[in-house]
Amino acid sequence: MAEAIVFWTLAVLILGLGIMVISARSAVHSVLFLVVNFLLVAVLYVMLNAEFVAVIQVLVYAGGIVVLYLFVVMLVSLKKAPERYADPRRVAWTGTLLAGAVLLEVVAIVVASSGGGEPAATEGALGAADTPFAECGAGPLVSCNTEQLGWVLYTSYLIPFEVASMLLLVAMIGAIVLAKRHL
Amino acid sequence: MPAGFTAADFYYLLPELLLTGGALLVLVIDVVLPRRDWATLGMSLLTLSVTGAAVIGFTGVDTTISAGLLAIDGFATFFKMIVIVSALMTVLMSPSYLRVEAVRPGEYYFLILCATLGMLFMASGVDLITLFIGLETMAVSFYILAGYLKPSQRSNEASVKYFLLGAFSLGILLYGMSLLYGVTGTTSLAGIAEALASGERSLILSLALVLLVAGMGFKIAAVPFHMWAPDVYEGAPTPVTAYLSVASKAASFAMILRIFMEGLPSLAADWQVLFWVLAAVTMTVGNIAALTQSNTKRMLAYSSIAHAGYILIGLVAATERGVAAAMVYLWVYIFMQLGAFAVVAMLRRQDVIGDELKDLSGLYLRKPFAAVAMLIFMLSLGGIPPTAGFMGKLWLFGAAIESGFVWLAVIFVVNSVISLYYYYRVIVFMWLKDETVGSDIAMGPAMATALVIAVVGSLLFGVYPQLLFDHAQLAADMFGSAVSTTALR
Repeated sequence: MAEAIVFWTLAVLILGLGIMVISARSAVHSVLFLVVNFLLVAVLYVMLNAEFVAVIQVLVYAGGIVVLYLFVVMLVSLKKAPERYADPRRVAWTGTLLAGAVLLEVVAIVVASSGGGEPAATEGALGAADTPFAECGAGPLVSCNTEQLGWVLYTSYLIPFEVASMLLLVAMIGAIVLAKRHL
Repeated sequence: MPAGFTAADFYYLLPELLLTGGALLVLVIDVVLPRRDWATLGMSLLTLSVTGAAVIGFTGVDTTISAGLLAIDGFATFFKMIVIVSALMTVLMSPSYLRVEAVRPGEYYFLILCATLGMLFMASGVDLITLFIGLETMAVSFYILAGYLKPSQRSNEASVKYFLLGAFSLGILLYGMSLLYGVTGTTSLAGIAEALASGERSLILSLALVLLVAGMGFKIAAVPFHMWAPDVYEGAPTPVTAYLSVASKAASFAMILRIFMEGLPSLAADWQVLFWVLAAVTMTVGNIAALTQSNTKRMLAYSSIAHAGYILIGLVAATERGVAAAMVYLWVYIFMQLGAFAVVAMLRRQDVIGDELKDLSGLYLRKPFAAVAMLIFMLSLGGIPPTAGFMGKLWLFGAAIESGFVWLAVIFVVNSVISLYYYYRVIVFMWLKDETVGSDIAMGPAMATALVIAVVGSLLFGVYPQLLFDHAQLAADMFGSAVSTTALR
């Protein structure tokens, strides 16, 4: 019961902040709303016993990435869009209508499908049962999902992990290519 | 070795490892031997050839590696060859174009190779995670490649547009995948198929299906997710456009075929309807929009949208034959489409951008070989015998009829006829108009090689298609049982 109260409070707050992020007039405000949003999502992860992901969320997203956003926002002077693109009323209307329709659809689906029993087994979904740490995770809050994550990341999911490192290299080279005026 | 990973995995990963090593070497060579563009070009060609040889070496292997994350089978080998051959041709048509645009090619080749690496993983992934990482590696490389011509405003626009819409569509795709994971509790396609085998339906599952179709529809530029394609194709450097329109489409189709045929066969009835509509709308809108274009790259962009619609027919049929037909079509498509873009890339000179239809006028008088080659590509794209395009269309048509989609086959034929008009227009400009613009057209040895490969491919598989058919049939066989049982149910 208590869990449900916390969850719904968080859910409402996260959604509300998400809307604030995209509707705030000033870009700096948007970013600040985003920080709070990220922090609340981290709380959600803690509730799911995923402490490692929660810590990473705070460190990497709320800490690192948002600071980068702030830098970009402050370095790039954001001027008003040229007049010919500015027909805010019409764009807003079509956008709102479409978004509203999709939202209704998704909500309807969620409402109609809720109460269908427990979701598919998440235990061992990451292959946790195969790891030598299968005995942890029994306690409500003290799980060792860091070890479990590390284990599957460096065994079963080693190849995607390595490909991700190439992906990051591409992104890095790309940033250099696009940022340097003359190579 | 820990559970789920063995030394054999490294052996089967040989093509990917070679490609990664080669890509990194290209970067190093660019630093060690600056101002020697032939070095990076040679290294890229060597890497791709060696990778291709390694892929061919695994013909006939059928196994999964790395705890079922990757499959090394006929299907994967087929698509890997498509990707590598198109990468080779793209690299061959690049040097002269890059010289005219005055950009350094080092990182360019690196990014082409990395995009290829991503596609190899898309071709062999049998797990949502591997597929997604492969897709993302490919996409990020293309975002940068599309904006590689920094002084050009069109190129910048293409890059930003592709990046924003691409990121958005990836979000939609990921949402679909996460819902699928939520319903089935696994990311492996075989596991998903098993979990859904009972045929149980839920609304969440339908939502996941729709999101997946939308996300993947963006990647193959199917209508109504095609808005980005003409702008990006027009603005990106021409060889990149060629590669984007061919290889990224082929790899995305590999991913679509895997996900839907292998992972979701029990929902076939649902996604067949979705793809039926998508295929019909895509080819019609693509062809009709192509009719009025005066820019060759834009016209080819719409034509490529239409071709995505044709290829979707193979998926709608959802039989062994349909998959084989889609694969055959994708294979012949690389030659005709890359060839056409190679001619457009060749027209780029110091004083002419060369992507307008009128820039083609008088090509026959100036470069008879290029004009004849372009004629063959246009006939092939239009599906006129004895070109490869005709054989591809014939197979798709047969697959649609065999599965009972007569109306779709009719729409397909009508669209093929419409498309002849704008392909014919290109021929008219090349042969019947003789006012020429700009300076002389130069054709380097690399470009000539690319054109020769394209011409040979477009003709060879038209007169002797048996070899290709056999390979495609063999590769598609593995889907056979899963789908025919659903079709009967």
